[in-house]
Order: sequence, then structure tokens, then C-alpha cells
Amino acid sequence: MIPNEWIMGLVGGLMIGVAASIFLLGNGRIMGASGLIGGLVDRSGLSDWAERIAFLAALIIVPAVLIALFDIQVSTNATANLFIVILGGLLVGVGTRLANGCTSGHGVCGISRFSIRGIMATVFYLVAGGITMVLFRHVMGVI
Amino acid sequence: MQRLLIAALAGGLFGAGLLVSGMTDTNKVQGWLDVFGDWDPTLAFVLGGAIIPMLIAWQLTKKRSASLSGAPFPSKPSTQLDHNLIIGSVLFGIGWALVGLCPGPAMASLSWGGLSGVLFFVAMLGGMLLVKPIRTQIDKVFAK
Repeated sequence: MIPNEWIMGLVGGLMIGVAASIFLLGNGRIMGASGLIGGLVDRSGLSDWAERIAFLAALIIVPAVLIALFDIQVSTNATANLFIVILGGLLVGVGTRLANGCTSGHGVCGISRFSIRGIMATVFYLVAGGITMVLFRHVMGVI
Repeated sequence: MQRLLIAALAGGLFGAGLLVSGMTDTNKVQGWLDVFGDWDPTLAFVLGGAIIPMLIAWQLTKKRSASLSGAPFPSKPSTQLDHNLIIGSVLFGIGWALVGLCPGPAMASLSWGGLSGVLFFVAMLGGMLLVKPIRTQIDKVFAK
């Protein structure tokens, strides 16, 4: 039997892919989460701020509505170690803007158009993530 | 107005997909990256599932001259690999593994992620603000 979580992963993944397709075919844009928010933060993408806000507001509000509507029990299970939380957030913010993309932009949208930059970025963040798990979970035991 | 509706539709479906797929659960993300621990392959199904519609969408862009709203499609991807792409991806990978959140799920889970979720989001925005001087320093090192 295929575990239920894998099927939900596939279904959710297809939804993410359809969302990215709508954004691409509808507005001609790449659905990159870090770029959409980052352009507002560093003011480089203010020319289309309304479109960014519309996307980000729906991204935050729709899951909240679904959880309330269907009474879904959900937790991010994120660590309560606030030092790790802040360090992780800073690294994700700096890293995704330096690399000009994250899991959605480089991963989903880049790999599907066989972009060498998207593929290389994905290889590097996966390997770095794997090594981090070894060091911080198995060697140091802090995450 | 049409552009805003399309953006909201995409953002909402993206958020719903992240919730359904389990990618807002940091245990599942860290489980995927923890190859030498109790490995969880769910993320591969999510990424694979997301790539399938986009393979078709990119093909469709070749048959049309512009998007529905009239805006042009993205130009061909650059093939230039540079130090910022590699260093940035490594830093992102470390942060992603430390907490188990990347930018999309961090925002999708903002309403229920508690203090850790909000702090992560604020720190991420802080990092995005700090990147300019950091990029300048890195470029100096690699220009030598």
C-alpha cells in the first residue's frame, strides 16, 4: 500500500503546479515565493505591488480559511528554540535573495523548464540541507 | 483587475496545495532532508506533482505569443552560473533545514504557526533587507 501521506503530497503538489501554471499562463509570471515577497521588502518590485499583495494575501488567508472551515487539526511543529528560528529565517531570507529563488521559483518553475540555474540551485540547497541535518541533528543534536 | 484576480487565484491555490501536501509541517520537510535518519520521501511526491502541470504550461507558452492578461512570458532562462546562485542556495539550504520552512510554507502557515512561525517570517524579511550589502561584499571577494 502507498502511504496516505505520499498521495496527499502528490495531490498537494499537483495543486501547487496548477497554481504556478495559472500564474505563468495568466500573468506571464514565475511563481517564486521569495521573489514575490522579496521585491516588496527591498522595494525592487514596487511597480507591480498590487499583484504581489493579491498573491501573498491569498497565500496567507486561504489556508487559514480552509483550516477554520474544515476544522483541520494542524501544526507546523516548528522548533521553540528561538535562536534557531531566527538564524534559520535570516539564512533563508539572505540565501533566497542572493540565489534569486527558492523551492518554488528555482525548484518547481525552474526544473520544469530545464533551467540549468534552477537545477543547480536545487541541487545545492538540497545537499546543504542534508549536510545541515547530519551536523545539527545527528552530531550536535540541536534540531 | 484581471491580473489581480489571477494572482489571488494562484496564491490561494498555492497555499491550499502547501497545506494539503504537508509542506507546512516542518517535521515532514526536515524528515525529507534527514537522509541518514528516519527518511520521509513525501517531498519528492510534492515536487514531482508540482512539476507535471508546469511541464505542460511551459510547452503552452511556446504556442502563444503572450499570457492571458497580455503580459509577455518570461524570457529564456539564463545559463550563467555565478557565485551568488551557489552561495545563496547553500545558505538557503542550511536555513531551510534548521527550521523546516521555506518562504512559501512560512507564509502559508503564518496564521497558525505561532511565535516561532512569526519570528521566522520576520527574520526572513530581515535577511531579505540585509542582502544588498552582503552581495556587495561577496562580489568584492570574487572580483579579485
